[in-house]
This record gives sequence, C-alpha cells and structure tokens, in this order.
Amino acid sequence: MSDTFVLDGEDVPFVPGQSVLQAALSAGRYIPHLCYHPEFKPHGSCKVCTVKANSGLGSRYASSCTLPAQAGLEVESATEEMNELRRTLVQMLFAEGNHFCPSCEKSGSCALQALGADLGVMTAGFRHFYPDRPLDASHPDFLLDSNRCILCQLCMRASSEVDHKHVFVLSGRGITKHLIVNSASGRLADTDFALTDKAAEVCPVGVILKKRVGFAVPIGQRRFDQRPISAQALDDAPRPSDTSRGTA
Amino acid sequence: MTQTLQTILARHQFEPTRLLQILCDVQEAFSWIAPETITALASALGLPRARVEGVVGFYSFLYSDAPCRYRLLFSDNITDRMLGNQALITYLCEKLWVERGRISEDGLAYVETTSCTGLCDQGPALLVNGWAIPSLTRERLDMIAELVLAQTPVEQWPRELFAMENNIRRADILIGNLLQPGDALRAALFAAPPLGEAAESAANARSWREGLPAAEHGSMDLLEEIKRSNLRGRGGAGFTTGMKWEACRNASCEQRYVVCNADEGEPGTFKDRVLLSTQADLLFDGMTLCAYVIGGGGRGGGSTHGFLYLRGEYRHLLEPLNEVLARRRSAGLLGRDILGLAGFDFDIEIHLGAGAYVCGEESALIESLEGKRGVPRNRPPYPVTHGYLQCPTTVNNVETFCAAALVAAHGGDWYRSIGTAKSAGTKVLSISGDCARPGIYEYPFGVAVSQVLADCGAGETLAVQISGPSGVCIAAPEFGRRIAFEDLATAGAFTVFDTSRDMFEVARNFAHFFAHESCGFCTPCRVGTAILRATMDKIAAGHGTLHDLAEIERLDRVLNQSAHCGLGHTACNPTLDTLKRFRPSYQRRLKSLVFEPAFDLDGALAAARRMTGRDDAGAHLSMEAET
Ligand SMILES: Cc1cc2nc3c(=O)[nH]c(=O)nc-3n(C[C@H](O)[C@H](O)[C@H](O)COP(=O)(O)O)c2cc1C
Ligand code: SF4
Ligand code: SF4
Ligand code: FES
Repeated sequence: MSDTFVLDGEDVPFVPGQSVLQAALSAGRYIPHLCYHPEFKPHGSCKVCTVKANSGLGSRYASSCTLPAQAGLEVESATEEMNELRRTLVQMLFAEGNHFCPSCEKSGSCALQALGADLGVMTAGFRHFYPDRPLDASHPDFLLDSNRCILCQLCMRASSEVDHKHVFVLSGRGITKHLIVNSASGRLADTDFALTDKAAEVCPVGVILKKRVGFAVPIGQRRFDQRPISAQALDDAPRPSDTSRGTA
Repeated sequence: MTQTLQTILARHQFEPTRLLQILCDVQEAFSWIAPETITALASALGLPRARVEGVVGFYSFLYSDAPCRYRLLFSDNITDRMLGNQALITYLCEKLWVERGRISEDGLAYVETTSCTGLCDQGPALLVNGWAIPSLTRERLDMIAELVLAQTPVEQWPRELFAMENNIRRADILIGNLLQPGDALRAALFAAPPLGEAAESAANARSWREGLPAAEHGSMDLLEEIKRSNLRGRGGAGFTTGMKWEACRNASCEQRYVVCNADEGEPGTFKDRVLLSTQADLLFDGMTLCAYVIGGGGRGGGSTHGFLYLRGEYRHLLEPLNEVLARRRSAGLLGRDILGLAGFDFDIEIHLGAGAYVCGEESALIESLEGKRGVPRNRPPYPVTHGYLQCPTTVNNVETFCAAALVAAHGGDWYRSIGTAKSAGTKVLSISGDCARPGIYEYPFGVAVSQVLADCGAGETLAVQISGPSGVCIAAPEFGRRIAFEDLATAGAFTVFDTSRDMFEVARNFAHFFAHESCGFCTPCRVGTAILRATMDKIAAGHGTLHDLAEIERLDRVLNQSAHCGLGHTACNPTLDTLKRFRPSYQRRLKSLVFEPAFDLDGALAAARRMTGRDDAGAHLSMEAET
C-alpha cells in the first residue's frame, strides 16, 4: 500500500522515506538532476533538481532529491520556470570551471554536457571564471583533471560510503572550494585509490579518468549520443517491479 | 609529535568532535597549521588526513600556508571603510614593509582584511593573531608597527590597545535589569518573592508562580510562561521560542543540547558582544532555564549539556566568560543538582568559531560544533529533533536566552505587555555609521526608525541598513516604519548612511562580503555570489551596462529559488534594495545604457597594432559597434 503525490498533474506513488526525486524516478518520471545518484545518500548541492512544491502550508522551492515525498504534495517540475532555473544553474557550472568539451575525452558521456543539451542551453550565459586548477597525472591508472570538477561530491560519497577510503574530500570555501585527495603530498598516486574502487566510476564529468582508454568509443556510440540523459536516467533508476536492475 | 601538540590533544581528550577547537589551539600555538601537523593530528584523532585538511581549508582564521608571527586582519565592513580603513591598511603595510595579502619574506607579518569584526561603533578595527583592537588611528598603528618590528609577543602589548567600550546609550528591561546571578533561575525553580526591580510592574506582574507546587511541575509551568510571553527569536528568523523549546522537550532521546548562538557575524551587529560582556549571568540563567524546560527539570528527561558558540572575533571574551562559568559552578548555578534540585544537572562549555559567517546558520553551527566544515544541513529534520550528534538541540540567540531569563523572573504577561501585538518585549539595536552617538540602544518593539535616528544623533540621513546586508535598506520616505516583526524585523544591526555616501559602494561592499562568506555547498550561491561580486566590480570600474543590471535581477531570482540556506537567499538583497531606491548611483557608472561586452575586442588588438606598426582607423574596431 503506498501513498501518492502529484507531479506535474499526475499521481506518483511513493513509499515512506523516499524523496520526491526517488519516487518520481522509480515511477518512470524524470526530473533533471546532477548530484543525485541512486546508490548514494542524496545531499542536494547542485540544485538542478529544484521543483516548486505546493502543500497546505503554501508553496516553496526545494531540491526534489532531498525533499521527503508526502501524500497530497503538488509538485511542479516540467515548467518553463523550473527549466529556466536549471539552464541557469548549468550555465553557472560551465562558467565556474574550465570545460573545453571538444578536447575532453568524457565528451558524449558527460552528464553536464548531456544535461545542457537536453535543457537547451545554447550559450555560456555568464563570463567564464577561468580558474587555475591543477591536473594530477601521478597515478599509474588515473588522470585527475580538476578543471572540470562540478563539486557534486559523488566521488566523495562513493569513496567514503562504499570504498571506506575517503580518497576524495573538499577543502576551501565559496568559489575557492575544491577537491583534495587523501595524501600528505596531495598527489593521487600517494593515496590508496584503485581501479576497483566505486569512486573510480561515478564522476559524471571528465575529472577522474581511467588512463589508456580515452576516446576508445567512437563518436555516435557514446553514452549520450543515442539516448538523451532524461531517458538514460530512467534506465538507471531502481524500479520496485524490477529488482535486478538496481545498479547502473 | 611535539609536546605542545600532545598537550593540546590531551586537553581535548583526543576527541574528533573537538577537531575545530584543537585546530584553533594549534593555530594559536604555532601561528599556522603545518602539513606535518595535519598528518599528526589526523593519525592521533583517527581521522582521514584529507578530512582534517578540508576543515582547515574552510575557516578563514586557520592557516596552512606558512608560519607568520603577526597576522593583522583589518575589519572590512562598510562602516570601517567609511572611517577610512583603506588608507590605514596602506599606511600599516608601508610601515611594516609588507605587501597586502602576502606574508613578509621573513615570516614576520601579514596584513589583510576580514569580514566585520563587530566593532562598528568604535572602528576602524583589526585583529592581531585573533585579538581585537578598536579605534585605529595612525598613531595607534605607529605603536602597533613598532611592537611588531620589535617582535614583542602580543601578550605583552599594552592593555590599552585592546580596551573596548560598551557604548550603552539606551537601556530598557534587558540591559537595565537589576537581577543578581541565579535570580531568574531561582524564580522559576522555586516560589520566590516577586523581584524588586520591576517594582513598577509588580502590580501587573501577576506572580506567575503563585499557587504552583514548586519543582514538581516547574519545568512545564516555565514552558507555559515562555509560551505566554510570546517571545520570538532574536537571531533573525523570529521563530517562537516557546514552540522551539517544546518541540525539543517532546523529542524522544536520552541526551539533549542547549546551544547559544554567539556567532554574531552579520556586518553591523555587535549587540551580542555587549550582552556577553555585561549580561553573561542573565544569558547563562537563560540557557540553564532552557535546559530545565527541555530536560523536564531533571526528571526522566535524560541529561542535558550546553554549548556557547563564540565567534572567533570575540576571542577576547573567552576567558572572562569562562570565569563567569567557573563562578556559577561554585555557586551551585551549574553542575550537579543545580540549586539543590536533585537530578537537575547541566553544564556549559564554550566553543570558538574561526572566521566563518555561515556558521551562524544554526545547522552549520552544529556541524561546526561537531568539528566539521560549517556547511548547512538539509532540513528537515530540524535541530530540535536531530541536532548536535543527531540529538534534540535547541539553538537560540544570546539575546533570546537573556529575554527568556527575564520572562522567568517577571512572568509572561509582564513581558508581553511590552512592545507591540506581535512583537513582545524589547530589541537591542547595534547602531553605527553616520551618527553622533553610535552604540547600543534597547527599545521596546514598535519604535519608529525616525525616533532611533533622532536619539543617536543622525543628521542628513540618506539611508538605513536594517539588520545588516541580509536585511533591508530603507530610504528617507520610509523612516516612519517601525522596528517590529510585523514591519522591519531585525537581528539588531542599524547602519546609518548620510547624504555624503554612495549607496552603490555600500552594496558593493556587501556583495564582496557574501561572496567571501558563501560556504560553497550549493551551485547558485557558490557561483552566483561570485558573479555578483564580479558584476559589481565591473560596474565600479566603469564597464557596466543595463545588461548587467538585468543580470543582477536574474541572479536574485535564481538564488531565491534554489539556494540551500539563508545566506544565498539574501545575498542579492542589498544590491536590489539600493538599485530600487538609488538607481542613479548605478546608472551614472554605466558605460553604455545598451550593451558593453566585458571583453575589449579593440584592446585585444593592441599587440597586433604594435607589431604591424599600424594605428590608423582601419586598425581599430571600436566606433561602428557603438553607433
Ligand atoms: C547565514 C546565516 C547566518 C546567521 N547568523 C546568525 C548569528 O550570527 N546569530 C544568530 O543568533 N542567528 C544567526 N542566524 C539565524 C540562526 O540560523 C537561527 O535562526 C537562530 O540562531 C535561532 O535563534 P533565535 O530563535 O533565538 O533567533 C543566521 C542565519 C543564517 C542563514
Ligand atoms: S571529481 Fe567528479 S565526482 Fe568528484 S566532485 Fe568533482 S565532478 Fe563530482
Ligand atoms: S546558500 Fe550559500 S552559504 Fe548557504 S549552503 Fe548554499 S553555498 Fe552555502
Ligand atoms: S540532484 Fe538534487 S540537488 Fe543535485
């Protein structure tokens, strides 16, 4: 027996404890998102999943990945207002880092790029920050290019929650916030990061890159070449009816 | 590991939750937190090294760059600027032969700015290794420079340099109270004779304790009285204090916490500094009363512990406050069986902040208390049910606890009879800026801005910033408005600007403040505040356009819709308020009212012109575009 809330005019069932985004995805309904990943605890930092939630207490904006689903809630997501907000947030992320898509080996499989394409982001919108960010090629199996980091903390959550290693952590504050790794030298090679780590496969953009496999997939066959991110996200979502499909 | 490090760690029982306190001690002892110290601390505390490094990187007053004997941080609130701090910074840099923002070659000195240090009524101010010095002048800087160059330890600097004024200009029921330490507590715990101080109110002070069996129902009765008083939080949000205490009392858990928010980071606010200096006992009475309520008076409610989170800028108040706590322990006002009431145990410890405004947000404050980066949590759940170490926690402002103690002493009816219908009691204002008598003014709620301006000796007033950058900026036609939750709600800042001031520069100073203080957790605030700062600087440099003004409005929308906490929600307020009321001071700076690219295409061709030796009209791109 499950309760329902309303998403863009249609009922969505949920089980207690689910957030609006989790319930929507398992019901086959897409809400754009970036820092949420079905295998980790949502933390709500990118704000791309923001929706307008109306309840008896009035209406407010909230990140749907952390907003607890509640019976009777009326959620607006696929509106021009929300999509305009999401476009601006994606533009902010592009402006904040150094994203030279044509030369990036994650191009075509990058969630930020795919989200921008799906939402119709056509221009940068803001002046670029051109931050000075380091590139770390010390590790035998990985390249760490923090120029493209969107600070989604997925690698951190994977490394601490699944790998129990804390290889990746945040330091700094505000616009100077940045990724650091768990070694006195500051080099990835001096951490215990390994190819088998969960954290090695979760970066949605081109920061944590496996060496010697770059540009292996031809253009046209990359992750988002054929199906947009909105469709892929639903493929990846755990469904109550299909427990074998738990992981991405 | 050095002996000093061992001592510091032992002082904090090698507790990882005390990481920030340990780091503050290390910073004070070594003048920086060296990479090998980070490694040593991490292994001693059983934390990943990067976690410790990440915490160091979050707080402005923790340095991992290099050792430095004297770190001199000038307060950079707009009021410091109005009092000429920029010229003083240059003056000191020249005296010390240092470049601003850079540690001198010999590791002797470092001169930089920091966010408002809460000394706006006696600025310009600076912090030297965390110790506040007010009322800077060239003469005083000469003295400071000499002490630095002579390498005199800060402990041996003349006391008069650090002397601070309370500047209490108007006292009412709170600041003017005549209660003795513990009076409010006794009044609530036992039937006590009506308190003399409120003689005039004795008649209307229906002694609320009358007829109540002393301690048995005491905590419930006190809660009712707090609710009856209509007391609302003084930290900004104005949440009803009685409801907060009740929710915390009703949350099921064996351990509960009372937290006093003394982070006071809002630029222009300094009333908590004065309350901590002059009303510490009233405050601790209030916190103890809160413990009594939420812990059910020691009867089966589990145990309760208190924290005072003191902003790092108020480091000088730490020892005096600890002395008050020690005195209260020996007087039986803290510790076990308080005032002889069996099972009523409560104690308070003080934690220091380290230069992060966002830690004033209650859930960020709790993270900071746990020794982490001060990032606001997701809510729900709220601190009243899941606060410090996930236990029920009541967080209140300094002034709120003081007011609660007054309610305990004199009753809720008495309290709600003061002020307005929706705003019971008084409000303590921190007044600074263009006025003859800056300082602390306590008024019953409902006082008009014009009255306050007259009292503090303000003339030719152009604007008042109410409640700091996250509050509102009002202009002359609005000076009839009132200080109250139903009109101008405020956490206490009242900054006056006269007609000689440029409100664009005020807003630009605030934009810098928000960008510097954004915790960086969420995209809209992390990037948005940095864009706002850059846009304001662009306008200041004479490169602004109407497009930039429209962009500011767009940023405001995005921040309001999607920022994670109040800092982001309010970050555009000062800009929008001043844009609305003082648009000409923006417009006269705009280079073009139509469009101005940030990138100067013609300028970029200068190198090519030099190389080709051309400077004719054909080698320039400028004119056509503008017509
Ligand atoms: C960015 C930010 C900074 C804050 N700073 C303070 C502060 O310095 N002092 C304070 O009492 N409340 C501050 N608050 C409000 C607290 O979150 C909280 O509402 C308050 O401490 C509750 O106490 P009260 O109910 O007694 O007002 C701040 C809020 C935000 C969003
Ligand atoms: S490295 Fe990748 S996964 Fe980690 S925070 Fe940056 S963008 Fe996210
Ligand atoms: S709004 Fe700003 S301060 Fe608040 S969580 Fe987001 S980044 Fe941090
Ligand atoms: S997906 Fe919800 S905030 Fe990032």
